[in-house]
Amino acid sequence: MKKYLLDLTVCGVERLNGTHVVLRLTSQQQLPPMQPGQFVEVKVEHSPATFLRRPISINRVDMANNELWLLVHAIGDGTRAMAALKRGDTLNCLLPLGNGFTLPQKAGERCLLIGGGVGTAPLLYYGEVLRENGCEPSFLLGARTAADLLQLELFERIGATYLTTEDGSRGEQGFVTAHSVLRQETFDRIATCGPKPMMMAVAKYAQDKGIECEASLENLMACGLGACLCCVEKTDKGNVCVCSEGPVFNIKRLKWQDLK
Amino acid sequence: MARLEVNIGDLRLKNPVMTASGTFGYGIEFADFVDLNSLGGFIVKGTTLHPREGNDYPRMVETASGMLNCVGLQNKGVDHFCDVIYPQLQHLDTNVIVNVSGSTPEDYAECAARLAQLDKVPAIELNISCPNVKDGGMAFGVTTTDAASVVKAVRKAYPKTLIVKLSPNVTDIVSIAKAVADEGADSVSLINTLMGMAIDIERRRPKLSISTGGLSGPAVKPVALRMVWQVARAVDIPVVGLGGIMDASDAIEFLMAGATAIEVGTANFIDPAVTTKIINGIDQWLDAHGCKDVTEIVGALRS
Repeated sequence: MKKYLLDLTVCGVERLNGTHVVLRLTSQQQLPPMQPGQFVEVKVEHSPATFLRRPISINRVDMANNELWLLVHAIGDGTRAMAALKRGDTLNCLLPLGNGFTLPQKAGERCLLIGGGVGTAPLLYYGEVLRENGCEPSFLLGARTAADLLQLELFERIGATYLTTEDGSRGEQGFVTAHSVLRQETFDRIATCGPKPMMMAVAKYAQDKGIECEASLENLMACGLGACLCCVEKTDKGNVCVCSEGPVFNIKRLKWQDLK
Repeated sequence: MARLEVNIGDLRLKNPVMTASGTFGYGIEFADFVDLNSLGGFIVKGTTLHPREGNDYPRMVETASGMLNCVGLQNKGVDHFCDVIYPQLQHLDTNVIVNVSGSTPEDYAECAARLAQLDKVPAIELNISCPNVKDGGMAFGVTTTDAASVVKAVRKAYPKTLIVKLSPNVTDIVSIAKAVADEGADSVSLINTLMGMAIDIERRRPKLSISTGGLSGPAVKPVALRMVWQVARAVDIPVVGLGGIMDASDAIEFLMAGATAIEVGTANFIDPAVTTKIINGIDQWLDAHGCKDVTEIVGALRS
């Protein structure tokens, strides 16, 4: 897919809680096609300590309104500077990068999208596209507390949404992999994004059940284009760049030894 | 429009702007952002005789005005370059230069001999300065005798333009530059990354998988510029300058310090189109200052 370097305009800022912000970006020109699971490398201005671009997954693409949504977790200088952006500000974006989630060939597939923390971000767009393609997406979303569960009303509009929190303040208490839906329902396909221990636990579940499973990794990156070889993950083909070969991988390709 | 052409030995560059090894992939990765043919040349990822997996993740840490990396020369080997990558590059109308690394002088020479057979690769850059592998690279670049031994072996095997990339992690870079020039190098490029380190204080562990890595970016520019200035005054072969160049004014500083050409490295990660801006920026600066030819400013510091 052709990649672009675009100055996008912030057309909306939605603060979800103290540390999570959705930036809605638009352009005078038509935004290029973007697939669920792909990401954007954002140039952060007004943050002297931030040297490299910040890779941010695509949260949603609203083609009708020519909008790209990025969900930012403000945890460092760079992401805090992004979260402080206002309507009308400009953001230089390199996009779309990497390879997205697989779109099932046949309609009616039951897909479970499992996300933790800010890792739920790309699952929203993936769920929407699955729905448009005649599949039945469900969501299993986990967070520390109820306040950390993000964009629930949007997920619930797309499919059945199951929740876990570590403190039990919303949904079932515990980690996503302990949720009862995993024992009660069957699925044809799983996709996961979030903290690596969570994704490894999900991958183990999928492997044991023989379910196709993809995981979206977020290794530290520099270029985002497959040039610097910094963000590598061990796979069946040796060390490969997460930015250009991923960030979405079928778990069969990953050398997650703990699965065995 | 000033004249931008420069020469490195027998190598003619359309303009003095090249890209640094390991920061521009095989060029193809940047084709959506840069007309590769507009570059003076580009130097592809460090290539070794045999494939290398590189070091474990994590390989990169962002630092103040720069970054550390310990990629460790991950590459698929010279045969892969010749058979798979080269066919995709041979139609280009620019200088495709291959960065070569190895563990022994014989490795370097054999790799260079393979590359000498490729018509559209007019030069190699010998990496005797990679700080991230135990069994090769920098070990050769830190003493005059070892540096000379590698260059001597490669010079016999490689008749085309030979650029030798120097390590800044030495006491006296001028003596290394002189040693490789004496063995017949056509040019020296400098600097490679500076050895550095970063620590995660919560885990009390180094942030990089092999503890140390090479520092690049604007943080190293003053050091690089000083070394280019010292070396350019001391050797008779052309110098290629690199280290933290982010824009045209940085590039012009290196030219004034004595570099005949420059390489843009880490800046490609921040702005994949930066090389085009640097070429245009040099051109505009020359016009604005009444210079007809870029060579007018090479080493042209006022005393």
